[in-house]
Amino acid sequence: MDEWITRLFPHGISTYLVGGLLVGLGTSLIFVFTGIRAGASGVLTSAFSYVTSRSSFGLLKGERAWRTLLTLGLIAGAALYTLAIGEPFRTEIPLLNLAAGGFLVGMGTRAARGCTSGHGICGLSSLSGPSLVHVCTFMGIAMLTAYVVGRLT
Amino acid sequence: MKRGLAVLLGGIIFGAGLAHSGMTKPEVVLSFLTFEDMGLMLVMGGAIAVTLPTFRFLRKPLLAPAPEPFVAWLNPRTIVGSVLFGVGWGISGVCPGAAFASAGTGNTPILVALGGMFLGGLVQGVVMKPEAPLDS
Repeated sequence: MDEWITRLFPHGISTYLVGGLLVGLGTSLIFVFTGIRAGASGVLTSAFSYVTSRSSFGLLKGERAWRTLLTLGLIAGAALYTLAIGEPFRTEIPLLNLAAGGFLVGMGTRAARGCTSGHGICGLSSLSGPSLVHVCTFMGIAMLTAYVVGRLT
Repeated sequence: MKRGLAVLLGGIIFGAGLAHSGMTKPEVVLSFLTFEDMGLMLVMGGAIAVTLPTFRFLRKPLLAPAPEPFVAWLNPRTIVGSVLFGVGWGISGVCPGAAFASAGTGNTPILVALGGMFLGGLVQGVVMKPEAPLDS
């Protein structure tokens, strides 16, 4: 049993669980006060409504204030955590992967209308069938892609 | 105003949780995608374990008349979106929420991914047809 857990989670389970519970707590707090099921990718649409009146970005205009605040909160929360108990981090992932990956993530989550938090945490917590399909799709494709990229590099 | 404060505070807890879980490190996310460390499942599971009952049983938010309904669409456009997202996630180990939080941990290279994300959102909104149909 222990060996089995060590194989699946070589770095232990508590850090992941505690982090996940905090993520759930933050999402729940927003919902308890405002009734909003907050996902992170909507800001990639709503932020542009500040600078363009094009209709494809106006869709979330009514939500842009809270989406901006959520984004600022995510940054501030991680920064406060890092200052208090964490350690600053710098990724070794090549910049080309970050740029190309980020671009596809931006296009994809906008078209899918949700990401790991919107379809993943909020969608699955709302028992949404469409979100379940999206989560299985992007996770499966991501595993396949990571395998192929790992083979090529 | 109060609602905005609640979102900000919730976002701060959310971001701190992502930093604590290590999901702000694309390397850790990639180690999940390559089956070396299944920790991401625990993060998502832990979050859903708290959020699901909250969504299910709360009838009246404190600062709003009723919970907003959850809406997600399943059609060719949204599925193509999730496929593109999956390819991008697999290439970089980066997804939107974790990327914002990662910037907070001082991870300056992640700004390249965030720039790419906003550019991708912009291109998607300009080049592709405006919106997914609401009825499918």
